[in-house]
Amino acid sequence: MTDSLETVFRREAGRCTATLIRLLGDIDLAEEAVAEAFTIAAEQWPIRGIPPNPGGWITTTARNRAIDRLRREATRTDRHHAAHRLHSEAMDPDHNPEIADLDAFVVVVADDQLRLMFLCCHPALAADSQVALTLRLLGGLETAEIARAFLVPETTMAQRIVRAKRKLHDNHATYRIPRAAELPDRLAAVLGAIYLIYTEGHTATTGTSLTRTDLSTEAIRIGRVVVALMPDEPEAMGLLALMLLTEARRPARVDSLESMVRLTDQDRSLWTRALIEEGHDLVRACLRRNQPGPFQLQAAIAAVHADSPSAEATDWSQIVTLYDQLYAIRPNPVVALNRAVAVGSLEGPSAGLDALTRVDLDGYQPYHAARADLLARAGRTDEALAAYTRAIELTSNPAEREFLERQRGNIADSEL
Amino acid sequence: MPQYLLSVWHDEDYEPDFSTPDAQRQVAQVGAFNDQLQSSGAWLFAGGLQPASSATVVSSTGGEVSMTDGPYAETKEQMGGFWVIQAPDMDAALQLGSRAAAACERPVEVRPLQG
Repeated sequence: MTDSLETVFRREAGRCTATLIRLLGDIDLAEEAVAEAFTIAAEQWPIRGIPPNPGGWITTTARNRAIDRLRREATRTDRHHAAHRLHSEAMDPDHNPEIADLDAFVVVVADDQLRLMFLCCHPALAADSQVALTLRLLGGLETAEIARAFLVPETTMAQRIVRAKRKLHDNHATYRIPRAAELPDRLAAVLGAIYLIYTEGHTATTGTSLTRTDLSTEAIRIGRVVVALMPDEPEAMGLLALMLLTEARRPARVDSLESMVRLTDQDRSLWTRALIEEGHDLVRACLRRNQPGPFQLQAAIAAVHADSPSAEATDWSQIVTLYDQLYAIRPNPVVALNRAVAVGSLEGPSAGLDALTRVDLDGYQPYHAARADLLARAGRTDEALAAYTRAIELTSNPAEREFLERQRGNIADSEL
Repeated sequence: MPQYLLSVWHDEDYEPDFSTPDAQRQVAQVGAFNDQLQSSGAWLFAGGLQPASSATVVSSTGGEVSMTDGPYAETKEQMGGFWVIQAPDMDAALQLGSRAAAACERPVEVRPLQG
């Protein structure tokens, strides 16, 4: 029974909070009300059983509790105001979504989730605040869980969340879905925040384990919600595909000794076929739309890797072409770096190093690691050793460090 | 309706030279932006400030008044001017802020007033 409640909570908390924010016009009140409703559920459901529409039950209960509370506490004027909003809502206090028009209810809930998503990822908030708010409000994660996932003290994370909510409140942020003209930028912010959550889970910047599954899983879950809510946005599909195709390689990313394994050295039989197939379907759906964007192109690159039975059989020319397209819309040095690595695989290490001369990323660990690998393959051992040493200085991830030290050791040994 | 301060920020030693084409273009752009603010009803108040070096800080502690030459914040960037506008919500205020930034070709801070 506890497990079922947990499952319902993971699935419904974000949706219920999203609706309650609209009904109450206040993020904190909504969070309190939803938490209270789940507490009541924890008491009642083990005795009476889980209701047929648990999300509707939680939303209605949270709303009724909020009304009771506001009536009791209606001393402060803003709470008065919120109470007024509640009464003027079309939804009757005794309204029961289990028996009413469920379709209409579901549409409203979907819109609320979108509103909440765009609010959490408002571009006026710093990226780390966007991520924290998204996980807290939409993901329904506890502040302590988010703090643990990002390896910051709980008080720091709590303060970050409080400040972000306060900023939205003080600035009179509206709970709405952006207009068509604003949508591309606003959606890019949402997708960017979700991808940040994913990559944080995928490669922990600190901590001993290379992956932190919970964050990646949560990012994919939220990514699925976005695709379901905005089925006409190919970039949302591209992001989901990219996450699924990357996630598929997880079982092969670390060996039995918890050391990192490079893509080219991974045991491809360990890759999760179901995730690859789902990712491929999404990439194909994106191609049909023919509105390429950065996430779709990165997903297409991941799909080429996933397609290849072995590292040697990789279609590098296709990958270089995709990186060229990506660089055309996102001309940043990290894309140029990845392109240079692909060129190195297609045309040999010297061509890769040539492509790298135009890249200036001195403070970026993957730059030195990629350069070291190309130098080693080109037979320039001394320079390769120096580049590995620089890469090792720059990494804060123990598994990555271990991998780089091993690589450096290999070429140092081959020198002897 | 919510009110917001849009403040324009310069380097502390910034002195506008209105004879340059750049300054004249900015003045014309800001003038057009002010007209838009007034006709749309967003305008409440605005002003450009004399250089930060013209400021005096006056403090009063326990009836004791003291004066210090120069601006309060000892920072390299100082406020050079501002608008106080009204807008229906944050996004509308930020949009006016971005138009203000484009008009004066300077970063603009958008900050809500209390109340």
